Amino acid sequence: MHMADALLSPAVGTALWAGTAAVSGYASVKLKERIDDREIPLMGVLGAFIFAAQMINFTIPGTGSSGHLGGGMILAIILGPHAAFLVMASVLMVQALFFADGGLLALGCNIWNMGVYPCYLVYPLIYKPLTGNSKNPGRILVASVVSVVVALQLGAFSVVMETLLSGKSELPFGAFVLLMQPIHLAIGVIEGVVTAGIINHVRSARPELLDSIAASRPLDTAISLRKVMVTFAVLAVITGGALSWFASTYPDGLEWSIEKVYGKGELPEDEHGIAAKLKGIQEKTAFFPDYNLKSAGKEPKKAEAAPAWPGADAGTSAAGIIGAAIVLGLILLIGMGIRTFRGRNAQT
Amino acid sequence: MTFDSLYYDIGRLDRLSYRDTFVHRLDPRIKVIAAILFLFTVISFPKYEVVALAPFFLFPVLLITIGEIPALFILRKVLLVSPFAVLIGIFNPLLDAGTVAVISGVPVSAGFLSFLSILLKFILTVSAALLLIATTSFPGVCHALRRLGFPAIFVAQLLFLYRYLFVLMEEAMRVIRARDMRSFGTRGTEMKVFARLIGTLLFRTVDRAERIYHAMLSRGFMGDIPILRKYHITTIDLAYLAMTIVFLVIFRFFRVTEGIGRIAQELFR
Repeated sequence: MHMADALLSPAVGTALWAGTAAVSGYASVKLKERIDDREIPLMGVLGAFIFAAQMINFTIPGTGSSGHLGGGMILAIILGPHAAFLVMASVLMVQALFFADGGLLALGCNIWNMGVYPCYLVYPLIYKPLTGNSKNPGRILVASVVSVVVALQLGAFSVVMETLLSGKSELPFGAFVLLMQPIHLAIGVIEGVVTAGIINHVRSARPELLDSIAASRPLDTAISLRKVMVTFAVLAVITGGALSWFASTYPDGLEWSIEKVYGKGELPEDEHGIAAKLKGIQEKTAFFPDYNLKSAGKEPKKAEAAPAWPGADAGTSAAGIIGAAIVLGLILLIGMGIRTFRGRNAQT
Repeated sequence: MTFDSLYYDIGRLDRLSYRDTFVHRLDPRIKVIAAILFLFTVISFPKYEVVALAPFFLFPVLLITIGEIPALFILRKVLLVSPFAVLIGIFNPLLDAGTVAVISGVPVSAGFLSFLSILLKFILTVSAALLLIATTSFPGVCHALRRLGFPAIFVAQLLFLYRYLFVLMEEAMRVIRARDMRSFGTRGTEMKVFARLIGTLLFRTVDRAERIYHAMLSRGFMGDIPILRKYHITTIDLAYLAMTIVFLVIFRFFRVTEGIGRIAQELFR
C-alpha cells in the first residue's frame, strides 16, 4: 500500500512531509531525553531485521498463498513508540530509495500512513490499554489483531484520501474505499496473528527482552500521551492550513473529491472546471500563443473534434505529439552520443 | 520477484554508487536538492499534461549516461514497482471517457491522457529516486540529510540499518535454507513455525546489537558517527544546481515541446 509519487499533487505531498517531519523531530527529541547510546545500534539493526524478516514467508491458512511481515506494530511493541517510529521511517526510506517503493515525495505520506498510525495512535491508545501489563497469550493475540487491523485500515484510508485530494486518479471515492479496505482487513488479521505469535514466543523464551526495552521505558502515560495529543492537534491545524491553502488555490481539486464523497456532481461539469483552469495555465504559459489560432485556422477538420475539451484542440495536440517525438529523439541522441564519445575516450 | 533477487539488486545499486564519474563526484547535498526540485517540478504538472513531460526525460538520461549506469537495470527496476500506480491509474480511461482529440481517426479520451500522464510521471519520479541512490552512495545521502537538518539520532540509526541490512539478510537466507532442507512442499511454512523463526531471528538480532554496541564502545563511540570524508560544495556543484534549476524552469513554464512541434510543422509544410 505504498503511495506513489505519480499519484500525488505537490500540495498534498508537502503537507504530509511537513507532518512527518514534525513527528520525526518530536520523536527524536523524546528519544534524546532518555536514550542511552545503546539504543542507536539496536534501532538500526532492528530496522535491518524487518527487511530480513520480510524475506521469510509463510503459508496463509486455507488459501495456499504466502504472506510476510509488515513491521510497524511489532517495532512499537518491542521498542516503544518513539524509537519504533524512527526505525519505521528509516525502513520506508530505504524501501523508497533501493526498491523504488513509492517515491521520495510520497515518502512523507508513506511514513505517515505506516509509521504515525501504528506507533503514535494505535500503540498507546489501543495496544497498551488492551494488554495492560498482562502476559496472557490470548490477550496479546486479541490486542495484536485489533491493533494491526486498525493501523492498516487507517493507513489504507489515508492512501485513498491522499490520492483523491491530489486529484490525479479518476477512481470514485466509494469504489476506491471498497478496493482498499477489505484487502487490508484480511492482511491485517493475518499480520496481527503473526505479530502475536512472535511476541508470545519472545515472551516465553526471552521475557527479559520485552521487559527491558519497552517496559522499562513506558510511555509515561499521563504526560506523554497528552503531549502526543497536543502534537496531533498542532499537526492537524498545520495540515488543515496547508490543505485549505490548497483548496483556495485549486478549488476544483477539493470540490471534485467532495463531490465524489457525496456522490453528486457530474463528470462533464467537473471537466469544465478543470479544463478551464488548464486553459488559464496554458494561456499564461503558452510558448507561441498566436500559433494556436493559426494552426486551428489552417486545419479546420481537426479542430472540429476539439470543443469537448478546450485545453487541447487538435492543432495543439498534433504539434504536441510532433514536438514530443522530436524532443525524445533528441534526448536519445544526446544519451547515445555521450556514451559513444565516452567509449572512444576510454579506448584511446 | 523473490526477495533474493531484491537483495542482489541492493548490492548492485550499492556497487554502482561507488563509481567515480562526474555525477558521482558532485556533492551529495546538491544531488539530493536537485532530485527533490526535479520531483516537485514533474509532479506539479496538471493531470492532463503529457507532451510537456517529454523534455524531462533528459534528466535521467543524462544521469544514466554521464554516471555510466546501466539503463536496462534501472528500467527493469522501474517496471517491477509499477503495479500500484498502474492499478490506480488504469480506471481513468474508463471513468473519464469524454473525447478530447482525434488523432489520425482514433478518438482519444481525457482519461487516457491523464493515465498516460500518471505513467510518465511514474517513470520519471521512480527513475530519479533510483538514480539518486545509484550515483550517490547511501552513506553520502545520509550525510546530506544530516547536513540538511535531519535529526542526528535518525541519521545514525539509518546508517546502522544500511550497514546491517546485508548481514541480516544473509542470516535470514540461512534460516530459509535450513527450513527448506528439513521440509517438503509447504510443510514448515505454517504461521506457527514462522512466528518462531522470526522470534529466533529477533533474538540473534538483539544479541548482535549488543555485541556491536560493546565493540563500538571500546572504539570510543559517543553517540554520533563521524565521517572521514569531508565534502565541500565547489563552484562545479553550484553550477550543476543552477543548470538544473534553469532547465526545470524553462521546461516547466514554457511549452517548448509544442513550440518545436509547430516549427517542425511549418518547416515540412
